[in-house]
Amino acid sequence: MVAELGNFALVLALCLALAQSVLPLLGARLGDARLMRSARSLAAGQFVFLSLSLAVLAWAFVAGDFTVRYVAGHSSLEQPLIYRLTAVWGGHEGSLLLWVFLLGAWGAAVAGFSQSLPREMLARVLAVLGMVGVGFIAFTLFTSNPFERIVPGPGEGRGMNPLLQDPGMILHPPLLYMGYVGTAVVFAFAMAALLGGRLDPAWARWSRPWTTLAWVFLTLGIAVGAWWAYYELGWGGWWFWDPVENASFLPWLTATALLHSLAVTEKRGGFKVWTLLLAIVTFALTVLGAFIVRSGVITSVHAFATDPERGVFLLGLLTLTLFGSLTVYAWRAPRVGLGGGFAWCSRESLLLANNVLLTVACVAVFIGTLYPLALDALGLGKISVGPPYFDAVFAPLMLPLLLLVGLGPAVAWKQANPGEAFRQLRWVLLISVVAGGLWPLSLGAWHPLTALSLMLACWIVLTALLDIRKRLGSARQPLVARLRKAMRPSFLGMHLAHGGLALVVVAIAMVNTYEVERDVRLAPGQSASAAGYDFTLQRMERIRGPNWEADQAVVEVAREGRPVARLTPQRRYYDTHAEMPMNQASLDRAPTRDVYVSLGERLDGGAWSFRLYYKPYMAWMWCGGLLLALGGLLAAGDKRYRLAASRAARLMPGPATGQPREVASR
Amino acid sequence: MKLRLLIPLVATAALLGLLFLGLGQNSRDLPSPLVGKPAPPFALEALEDAEVILTEQDFIGEVALVNVWATWCSTCRSEKPLLMELARGGIPIHAFNYRDERDAALRYLSVSDNPYRTIAYDPVGDAGIDWGVYATPETYVLDAEGVIRYKRIGPLTRQLLLDEVLPLIERLRAETPRAERRARQAKRIAPS
Amino acid sequence: MMSRLLILPLAWLLPTGLAMALAIGQPLEFSSEAQRRQYDSLVRELRCTVCQSETIHESNAELAADMRRRVYDMTLAGHDADAIVDFMVQRYGDYVRYRPPLQANTLLLWASPALLLLGGGVVWWRVVAGRRGGVGRAEFTAAERAMLDRLRQGEDAGRPQ
Repeated sequence: MVAELGNFALVLALCLALAQSVLPLLGARLGDARLMRSARSLAAGQFVFLSLSLAVLAWAFVAGDFTVRYVAGHSSLEQPLIYRLTAVWGGHEGSLLLWVFLLGAWGAAVAGFSQSLPREMLARVLAVLGMVGVGFIAFTLFTSNPFERIVPGPGEGRGMNPLLQDPGMILHPPLLYMGYVGTAVVFAFAMAALLGGRLDPAWARWSRPWTTLAWVFLTLGIAVGAWWAYYELGWGGWWFWDPVENASFLPWLTATALLHSLAVTEKRGGFKVWTLLLAIVTFALTVLGAFIVRSGVITSVHAFATDPERGVFLLGLLTLTLFGSLTVYAWRAPRVGLGGGFAWCSRESLLLANNVLLTVACVAVFIGTLYPLALDALGLGKISVGPPYFDAVFAPLMLPLLLLVGLGPAVAWKQANPGEAFRQLRWVLLISVVAGGLWPLSLGAWHPLTALSLMLACWIVLTALLDIRKRLGSARQPLVARLRKAMRPSFLGMHLAHGGLALVVVAIAMVNTYEVERDVRLAPGQSASAAGYDFTLQRMERIRGPNWEADQAVVEVAREGRPVARLTPQRRYYDTHAEMPMNQASLDRAPTRDVYVSLGERLDGGAWSFRLYYKPYMAWMWCGGLLLALGGLLAAGDKRYRLAASRAARLMPGPATGQPREVASR
Repeated sequence: MKLRLLIPLVATAALLGLLFLGLGQNSRDLPSPLVGKPAPPFALEALEDAEVILTEQDFIGEVALVNVWATWCSTCRSEKPLLMELARGGIPIHAFNYRDERDAALRYLSVSDNPYRTIAYDPVGDAGIDWGVYATPETYVLDAEGVIRYKRIGPLTRQLLLDEVLPLIERLRAETPRAERRARQAKRIAPS
Repeated sequence: MMSRLLILPLAWLLPTGLAMALAIGQPLEFSSEAQRRQYDSLVRELRCTVCQSETIHESNAELAADMRRRVYDMTLAGHDADAIVDFMVQRYGDYVRYRPPLQANTLLLWASPALLLLGGGVVWWRVVAGRRGGVGRAEFTAAERAMLDRLRQGEDAGRPQ
């Protein structure tokens, strides 16, 4: 009966979401405070029922209720408890339930933390979130219900795909989905602004922390996914430009553009129309991502198991989202003002260039991802677009962007003196060129593109340091005051995030150029070397885990005779998937290099095949990802935005009539 | 201004239309550029007798099917009754026994029907690459000249046979003058 | 990425169950460094046609192993990269190439990044040219400014520049 309870809770959540998408809007229209207030309780109620629903599914997994089809398909009794829990989102239906649960959580958070927003604004934001909720809860209930029964249930479940029985599974999907769903909040703010005709700088301040937070989760989700793929897939790749990966990268690119465009909207009142469009597009791209991943349309060779009904439903959702929002946009957008003017050498113009590059990059990746589908649909042939294409296209677009990352914060708003900017930055420029040019020599061969990337990474870090130093000001003021001024979270957050980007750039440039990979054959006692490291196979052993058996190799790694690490790569055979051996690579991580060993097949004569990797600077990538997220978190937590919101509530309640208020346009 | 706002709407409509078309796409339609090309050459042992070397010439001579199968492939097993019907109906079927073990394959054929006229044994998938095989089962239609005229990736179905394969075979047979076909048959039978 | 891990290939496409493990076989011997480089780059550009977005280098599917072996054999036999790619394309179509060839139906694909960048550059120039005249113009209307002033009262002393 418990599964039915989950189903029932989901139905109730759908009903509340329906009410939430209608009543507050009506209230805002009629100026009825009670109806507007209902949004908050409805959002809270929706969250409660979605939590209950998710809890029920989790309980079904813990209890091993195999009469629930989804549970039987994704867990087995001997699966460790933690992986029975993560199996909740180990498949399509459950991951969708997690998605709507997180949507409910964001909705409740907005309702709880934005009490200070003008009530019309909050009512509209929550109403739009309610509509998104209706779409996705209905999708879950009607096409992908995780509570569906099979009677009689099997005695034992099929077990979760062994690849997913990994700590990465605990973190990656919830983080990524938090990001995806967060873009719905950004979207809701944009739609509320359009519906209310209220697109003033205050709006930009309110939506900025939410946007930043959504971006933080998206960043973390992607970074953790890359980190997981890196050690789990056993070939040390972290990004493959796979359509499914691109589906998460596209909204990240537009969200990044949005963050920067919002800065202009907030500080200078400019780019309003563009900011709104970016907010809409970012959310639409997450829905498109869901379509790509869940309809099987792109990887059509594998469309076998996917249900065309799901694809049609998601396409319907996407259509509603896009046409609904773009119609409102076309109707309202022209009424908003242009904001202040600026010279060609100004922070605005550089941020505009940033947005142009990010958008071009996003569209290029978008085209590359969907091009095979387009050709196929039009009957023009079947092609693949993969890493060689994306690498060739993406890098040239990113290099100028990296230059801008360092330049932007150093240039003043409105109008800057280019000569002055150059005078300030020339030493930094020189040092970056020299340092970036010499750095590759520490690893051997010199490649121009690698050196250029490293120069740009140095450039970003050094300009940031210079900017912070400038903020610290002259020594005449007391240090504490100067620190307080300079260490303002949003300012520091920006530079941290930029520094994180620089680290990621270093890692990508280094590992792409200097990575070493070797296939070797080793019998116990034999050794092989790669990139100056000696790998000696001590012995092979057979070990038993909770629900798997494995061949494990004990490999000693040494450099110039000194032991470095003892690695134990495994080849695992899960009880439920014995025909599908899994590589469990083993890594030794150090600040400037990873040594990575994968165990291959048993060869004749007691030998085994191994793949040895030397991966320089990989740690920098993960540190960079963390810094990006940390920077975003700092900026989102800046007191400024919270104060702005609470002040706004007291000082300027929205128009009481609820009629759209027009902002003067020029 | 109006036009600028219309552009996103039109672009969106186009994108959605494309995605919809993509949904309706038959995902099994993998590319088969070999259609229209001569059967690729190969030289493999016969399944029944390792001493006999078969080449593509053994598949050529009349309109015929070439089926790629293996004992580990359950779909192949389920499509075999259809192949039997075709074989009984007088359509020659040649085969690659793909990535299989000879003993297992022979045992399997000895306890069940054998629709195949010639079976080339391809234990490591060498001819598989030459013939552009994706996976088992796959079925080709060769015309009398040995040109590949059709390829099916995945199992044959009765519907597919009625709609596509049998009409094609009829047409190809009509292309080959009857007398010439007889002559070739006679030539093939004579040495054996 | 995780979602990539989630998708399982079709059962009928794969011989002995699901081949998800990494493809590490016998180490290969080459007669020259150039041959090794050619092999290494080719196996990373050819798609395993029965897999979910994998090159034949990564995939452990048997077809990928066959294709790798063929690439290896042809490389040892002295065929150059183009000849090997052509061989694969003749059998598996352009689908097998992760680097799409430049031809009529991919013209737009290869041209699009440059066209987009050009378009983006024009947009940037036009917007900046359009706003340059307004450098003296106030960024906010009087009402907006009043509102912002009230907002800023809540902030601490240090104003953003």
